[in-house]
Amino acid sequence: MNSPDAWMPEPVRVLRRKQELETTWTLELEPGQASKGAFAPGQFNMLYVFGVGEIPISLSGDPGQTDRLVHTVRAVGPASRQLATLRPMATVGLRGPFGTGWPLAAAEGSDLLIIAGGLGLAPLRPAIYHVLNNRERYGRVVLLYGTRSPDDILFREQLDAWNRLPDFDVHITVDHAGSDWIGKVGVVPALVPTLAFDPEDTVAMVCGPEIMMRFTASALRDAGVDDQSIYLSMERNMKCALGHCGHCQFGSTFVCKDGPVLSFDRLRGLLSLKEF
Amino acid sequence: MKSIAQLVCEHPFFQGLDSEFCDLMCGCARNVRFDPGEYLFHQGENADYLYLIRHGQVALELAVPGKSPVSFQTLHDGDVVGISWVLPPYHWASDARAMSLTRAIAMDAHCLRKKCDDDPALGYAVLKRLLPILTSRLNATQMQILDVYGAPEQQP
Repeated sequence: MNSPDAWMPEPVRVLRRKQELETTWTLELEPGQASKGAFAPGQFNMLYVFGVGEIPISLSGDPGQTDRLVHTVRAVGPASRQLATLRPMATVGLRGPFGTGWPLAAAEGSDLLIIAGGLGLAPLRPAIYHVLNNRERYGRVVLLYGTRSPDDILFREQLDAWNRLPDFDVHITVDHAGSDWIGKVGVVPALVPTLAFDPEDTVAMVCGPEIMMRFTASALRDAGVDDQSIYLSMERNMKCALGHCGHCQFGSTFVCKDGPVLSFDRLRGLLSLKEF
Repeated sequence: MKSIAQLVCEHPFFQGLDSEFCDLMCGCARNVRFDPGEYLFHQGENADYLYLIRHGQVALELAVPGKSPVSFQTLHDGDVVGISWVLPPYHWASDARAMSLTRAIAMDAHCLRKKCDDDPALGYAVLKRLLPILTSRLNATQMQILDVYGAPEQQP
């Protein structure tokens, strides 16, 4: 966070808006003085729709491209629905970036297993850009992507392009499909046992709905991946983003400042706890 | 060219099975092929075979009134198609359609059941191979029922 006052949203302008799916939009924002600079893949910003509310949205763009901040938003609530309607030149408040990133430095020299579910591909996309920008630092990369149906596949053209790259395999599966779909049908954790990989030399990065991450982490452990090598991006009700308000507290962890990316050895005992 | 016995015993479903058992099972097996779009079976029909996919892709589907069939799982090289042959009333619970040219081994269910009934040790060995498949499909179904990628009802 570059702002002298982390509580104060900085007004930034919308440069571009692109519809990705029926209810999912990507917004490109022009960084201001406070928000200018690099971010770590996996971090998020707090976006404030004036008069409506402020919500955490992960950065989904290329961390090497510093002239714009890219966020992919699903329009499901009052603030996110308003965000999705913003046109170029509109202004939005921004605080950030906040939180921990994917363990890209620690993963250098290892194979990467990137596993995304639904909109969870968006917070992982900056990590993929980083790996592609520094390809020689990483081993084989496998991306498993699961989503609801063929119509819900996010960044479809990029997935196709990545799959054509050497040493970069993309496997897509959907929960259900019509008979015109020629790809895989089934849940994404079920893809893990079908892969040939060295669990001792693999770092797994997982983002998606919590249930999907829980089953995926279990499949990774069954395949022999250490808990310390499995990283999940947690989604919680982040409000202040500074670890003060406690809305996102998860056991002794504040997801906004200790996360959102956390290793599975820290999360294992908490994922199955009931919330009320 | 491999014999049917080799194909059966090398298939992942039977890998590691005692060779005597495996040879016994081969009497129930024959090679089959399905062209793209061809159905292996339809829901409600008698479950007369267990299919071991050698190469290809098969979609398990359910017919939805007024709509196109919905596929809820695809099966690939090394997978097993059809588990309804194990328990009465031996009726398929879904349709199975070949999505691409599919070569498989069809194991006659009457023959399989008889061999398993005659030799409980063989039956137990076969059940131990089927149960993990059933469990993983049940887990997958739970996730699909939860519709985890659907829009949350209330978000900020």
